[in-house]
Amino acid sequence: MRNIIFIFLFIIISFSSFCFICYAEEAVLSSELINNARQYDGKIVIYKGEVIGDVMIRGEFAWINVSDGINTIGIWSKKDLVKDILYTGKYKSKGDIIEVKGVFHRACLEHGGDLDIHAEELRKIDNGIATEEKTDIAKRNKAFLLLVITGLVIILSQLKRIRRLG
Amino acid sequence: MNDIRNIGHYLGRIIVGFGLTMILPVIIGFLFQEINPVLDFLISSAITLLIGVILIQLCRTKEDLDWMQGMIVVSLSWLVAMFLGALPLYLSGHWKSYLDACFEAMSMFTTTGLALVRDLDHLSYTHNLWRHLGNFIGGQGIAIVALSFFVKGTSGAFKMYIGEGRDERLLPNVINTARFIWLISIVYLILGTLILGIIGISIGMKPANAFFHGVCIFMAGFDTAGFAPQSQNILYYHSFLFEAVTIAIMIFGILNFNLHYQLWFGKRKEIWKNIETRVFFISVIGLFFITAVGLNKLGVYPKAIVLFRKGFFQLISGHTTTGYMTVYAGQFINEWGHLAMIGLICAMAIGGCSCSTAGGIKILRIGIFLKALKQDIKRIILPEKAVISQMFHHIKDIFLEDKQVRSALLITLIYIGLYILGAVIGTWFGYPFLDSLFESTSAAANTGLSCGITDASMPAALKITYMFQMWAGRLEFMSIFVLIGFFIAEIKGR
Repeated sequence: MRNIIFIFLFIIISFSSFCFICYAEEAVLSSELINNARQYDGKIVIYKGEVIGDVMIRGEFAWINVSDGINTIGIWSKKDLVKDILYTGKYKSKGDIIEVKGVFHRACLEHGGDLDIHAEELRKIDNGIATEEKTDIAKRNKAFLLLVITGLVIILSQLKRIRRLG
Repeated sequence: MNDIRNIGHYLGRIIVGFGLTMILPVIIGFLFQEINPVLDFLISSAITLLIGVILIQLCRTKEDLDWMQGMIVVSLSWLVAMFLGALPLYLSGHWKSYLDACFEAMSMFTTTGLALVRDLDHLSYTHNLWRHLGNFIGGQGIAIVALSFFVKGTSGAFKMYIGEGRDERLLPNVINTARFIWLISIVYLILGTLILGIIGISIGMKPANAFFHGVCIFMAGFDTAGFAPQSQNILYYHSFLFEAVTIAIMIFGILNFNLHYQLWFGKRKEIWKNIETRVFFISVIGLFFITAVGLNKLGVYPKAIVLFRKGFFQLISGHTTTGYMTVYAGQFINEWGHLAMIGLICAMAIGGCSCSTAGGIKILRIGIFLKALKQDIKRIILPEKAVISQMFHHIKDIFLEDKQVRSALLITLIYIGLYILGAVIGTWFGYPFLDSLFESTSAAANTGLSCGITDASMPAALKITYMFQMWAGRLEFMSIFVLIGFFIAEIKGR
């Protein structure tokens, strides 16, 4: 009987721990962080998203801005942690997707009250890519047609003006 | 019929001028090798030029504009600019609907700064430049921009100048005044871009990006618009120096162009004597006190220096009607609390100097009220036979007259009515009253600070309400009233 109870308790404790680990390891959305900033303030969070804009090196540290598709949050990290970031999101590229584990600050005292995350761990989970821009043929044709029509109308109106003045 | 022909002719000229401004993003697009954005602008520019040329041909006239026609041309030109300026935005696919693109275009031309763009961080340089160039063009005044380059010596231009909410001439000729405003703006643009670009490089941005951001942030800051090339707005840069320079640019932007003119010609004392700068100084101190007390009461920022950096930046941004933000929109509602939000609402409502790119009631009108109040108090205190006169200094010493007080009061009441109207409509759609008032004031005072209501998913009717508020607030009502009156008269057959 004692063995059965022991096994039963072992299963429950293991399952609960597993659930807790899963919850703790789950990435938090930016909207959740911003809307419940006091709740997460000073806590370790996992945040995932695309690196956008510039990787701004500041001495031994760096600022990166990471967008999860809803908002973009600034990540303060050691320079070494961001060295693998090759692509950042802009018009002609899709940025690297990274996962950051770090301390969330509602109003960071070190950074003038910014809402940010100080990264402790950072890993790239998907590579970004330089997107090749394909010319939209329909747009090109429309542009060509409209420019020709506009050019003709301008020439005709100028001819009309010259004739009237002459 | 004569009215329509005159209005159509001048509107056509403005549209042609507007179409030509779209060539600048095309050049930038070629430089950055962004083919599809270039096509968006070629299509839009061609459509705009076509409409403009046809309108000029259909409404050929040599007559000058009268007051009514001038006012109507101005109010219509802003609507036309919105519809045509939205074309390249819509073609980019970054706006959910044409209505959203129109909202953005109205926001950019009226230098408001409320945005409905989706995925701004992946928007092309070409479109981003257009958004900020729109701020610069709108800040100077669309009709005046077009006419100062395409028209020589027309008295009609003066009527449009007045119609665009400006009532002060720096030089005897209004075209020369407009050109001087351009000169000031372009000199500051070069200096501001250089400073911001250098700071951008020093904080780790790539040089080309740093200078592109520099030019965009300057155009939107000096013209009190508040657009930025990234979705985080000024928070993107994580730099105190960048914020400090942005504050200086915003304050420069709200100074009366007449004051700039005096400063350019060495009359530096004017800045200390002018009623507008004095009232602005007092107002900033008073409203920052309210905001700071509100933030402190709720313990939003645990250190005084942090409270100052966040609170002061947002307050200056609101007071100058710029709308730059270093906090997230949601933080206003979730963290800032009612008192700090009221401080910001008051700052936005008052706005900047007259004859500047700022919106809102305007500091000069508040100054006139305070002087009138002082005069009335004197009248009560002093003996009945005493002759009481009140003066204020605005470029020159001016005696306070009842008609100035009446005009200031009238415009102020209309602004307050507009703020409340938007707030009531926002509340009607289920948003809390204070949040609605915040967003409504931001739209009508052409500020652009948002507490999160402005979003692509908000009701279409609310989008249209804010668009109307931005338009009416920027033009200071008179030309819109004339337009409405004209339509009513046409329908009734006069």
